[in-house]
Amino acid sequence: MALSDLHIQHLYWRAGFGITRNDLQSIRKKSVDKHVDHLFNQSEYKPLKYNLSQFEVDRKELSKEERKALRKEANQTMIKLNLHWMEHMVATEGVLREKMALFFHDHFAVRLKNPVVCLELLNIIRKHSIGNFGDMLLEISQSPAMIIFLNNQQNKKSHPNENFAREVMELFTLGRDNGYTENDIKEAARAFTGWTIDKQFKFRFNPRVHDTGGKTILGRSGNFKGEDVIQILLEQKQTARYLCEKLLEFLLGVPAEKEDIERCADLLFQNNYDLSVLLRSIFTSDTFYDERYVGAKIKSPTDLLVGLNRQVPIDYKDPKVILQIQRRLNQVLFFPPNVAGWNRGQGWIDSSTLLFRMKLPSLVLNFGVIEWQPDETLSEEMIARLNNQQERLQKRTEKKIQAYPNWERCEKNFAGSSENLDTFLLQTNPVAIDIQSDDDLKTRIIKIMSTPEYQLC
Amino acid sequence: MERRDFLKSSVFASGVVLIPSFLKGMQFIDTEKLSGYRNVIIIQLSGGNDGLSTIVPHQDDIYLKNRPNIGLRDNLFKLSDELYLNSHCRDLKELYDNGEMTIINSVGYPNPNRSHFRSTDIWHTGSASDQFLKNGWLGSYLDANCESSYQGIQFDSELSLILKGKNLNGISVTDPQQLFNTTREPFFKNIAEQLDSEMLTEDNQGYLYKTLVDTYSSADYIYEHFKTYEANSEFPNNKFGMSLKGISQLISSGLKTRVYYTTLGGFDTHVNQLNAHNGLMKTYSEGIGALVKELKKSDRFKDTLILTFSEFGRRVKENGSKGTDHGAANNLFVIGGGLKKPGLYNGKPNLENLDNNGDIRYEIDFRDIYATVLDNWLQADSRLVLGKEFEKLSFI
Repeated sequence: MALSDLHIQHLYWRAGFGITRNDLQSIRKKSVDKHVDHLFNQSEYKPLKYNLSQFEVDRKELSKEERKALRKEANQTMIKLNLHWMEHMVATEGVLREKMALFFHDHFAVRLKNPVVCLELLNIIRKHSIGNFGDMLLEISQSPAMIIFLNNQQNKKSHPNENFAREVMELFTLGRDNGYTENDIKEAARAFTGWTIDKQFKFRFNPRVHDTGGKTILGRSGNFKGEDVIQILLEQKQTARYLCEKLLEFLLGVPAEKEDIERCADLLFQNNYDLSVLLRSIFTSDTFYDERYVGAKIKSPTDLLVGLNRQVPIDYKDPKVILQIQRRLNQVLFFPPNVAGWNRGQGWIDSSTLLFRMKLPSLVLNFGVIEWQPDETLSEEMIARLNNQQERLQKRTEKKIQAYPNWERCEKNFAGSSENLDTFLLQTNPVAIDIQSDDDLKTRIIKIMSTPEYQLC
Repeated sequence: MERRDFLKSSVFASGVVLIPSFLKGMQFIDTEKLSGYRNVIIIQLSGGNDGLSTIVPHQDDIYLKNRPNIGLRDNLFKLSDELYLNSHCRDLKELYDNGEMTIINSVGYPNPNRSHFRSTDIWHTGSASDQFLKNGWLGSYLDANCESSYQGIQFDSELSLILKGKNLNGISVTDPQQLFNTTREPFFKNIAEQLDSEMLTEDNQGYLYKTLVDTYSSADYIYEHFKTYEANSEFPNNKFGMSLKGISQLISSGLKTRVYYTTLGGFDTHVNQLNAHNGLMKTYSEGIGALVKELKKSDRFKDTLILTFSEFGRRVKENGSKGTDHGAANNLFVIGGGLKKPGLYNGKPNLENLDNNGDIRYEIDFRDIYATVLDNWLQADSRLVLGKEFEKLSFI
């Protein structure tokens, strides 16, 4: 089966951040299996690297002022990591890995100001994002970032702390109120006692505070350790079901049908949580290309920003502007609002974020202006005045935004063609775009991207 | 006809502007007829206000013992034999003496969370401390009782969780004129005006257009009112003062808004808190003073309730940097013209029986206060909004 342009675009939006017209033309004739192979082949794992050597110090040897300076540096570095990952998403060919990493970055939401453990966690997620969920779950559960964020250092035999035990069931595996009791949480917390970190921020099992006694968790009894609890959770079909429900909604853009969730859960469970088998099956299924799902998803702020930058390369002279944009759109990478992750789907949209989303393309591509055609009734004097106003506005905006689009590279991405731009840039029919016949490629792109429909993919 | 075809065919249909049906009933109301149209202003003291430096248990030995450096002793306003008001809150004292202020002590929730973000979420959604909700309590109120975004206004550049509903969100405004101008950008105007509400479908595209048209019309409605009334009381010249001035203008102009939300930040006073906190108290008190004065002028104070909370209180014992760390239960203020129980609603916080962290234990669940405001003031159904029944208090 060969895919239509609309369906290739659909696949690339959901498995990545859209596709350029140039790339589309070169892969157009492939079968759906080949497209999916291509996505996987491009997505080899390489750790995201960032120099964090300045944090390899023994904090105890620092003075109060030095520690304060280091904390400040850590805050700044979190922002740099955020932008670094975002740039990688814009530049990489391995989009599937990053897209799935974004899903799990939200699923395993951690909010810390420690760049060392946050980068490590991100790389664990990236390593497994199209691999094995079970391996990812265990490695994340033992990652310093998760242990710090959900207080497992404080989880000791004498004073159990249930935070991680609760969230691992409620948010990471079974889903809230899905087949576990308060007692299961208490017992699981005992099994996780002793999971802690050492001074170098590495995982360490401390047998002295571990509760070695017998525990009963989800109907099974034994002298369980933390690893056993993770295994027991993976042996619950509900874990596969919960994950598939969430993942399908992420990929389809709206809640999936029950039977599709069940079918995917069977597949994932039978294949020992191999995500690549599941993803291949979803991307090659008829359901995935059903018209109710095409163009139905509200882009996350990251989808929007990365997708836009992959079409029109932009040089942000002041990278902090990207951070400001993320803030206004409610998705700052590495800073999910809480352990439950971001408020997805329609949750991204309110009056402020929608207006800002529609304003964004003209802000970063044309200093805040959507070009307009003077009405015939306007006097020349009036037109001159409006033009003047516009120029002043652009000068002001340029100072604030300092974003410089590279239109030459953009033209290459569009293979020099401005034909049917709306069906290429939009996945759903627009209600109204006021495009004039003499609008150039740039103006057309900005106008199409400034619509409500561009928020969908 | 297929929906998509229908949408397509309507593109540039004609110069006729279709007014969405839900806007048709929206007309300007005479302020006199507005009498009895109740509203609530919610103010968050962000960062965790030190309630013990606001309402001071000056005679309590435990307080003085725990606060050797930052304990307040002088020039306090006496509220009762046990409790005193911070000396920078002259306007509040006046309201208190007039019977226009209720102070509720020891408000909080079970298993308090001491993270700003998490505890703010809990207060915004009205959730339990181990529950993650996606909708704010004011958002859920809008869902159940209102038709348009402008009925819930946040004075800020972003919309907080508190005003996010499942079907209806509030709207954030910093400058009504600027909001109006943005929506009137010719390109957006064209899009919004091509639309008829009959075309608004249940899917995500419909949701985007519903939000757009609602923003578009709310911006218009808010600005048209805003410019008809000029508040002439003297508001403090800071961000908080300007927010309250804006709110007073909107209320006085006859805007049919039910809930307003704004914040005063800077309360995270871990270090050298004395002067910083006193400054904040002054800002808060003067702002409220001006707001009430203005609302009295337009005769809208009797229909307005001002609720002030903070995401948590602070630790009873001061820390080593002449500041205080994150705590738990705290006091909450209700200000309004129609209070049933002005003054001190309950006894002073119990400083003898603190929790394991050395924080004040809660005696009144904050959701009891929400339920009371919803049922007794806004005449809504609190069970619908909060998801379950909470106890009602008798302050209104």
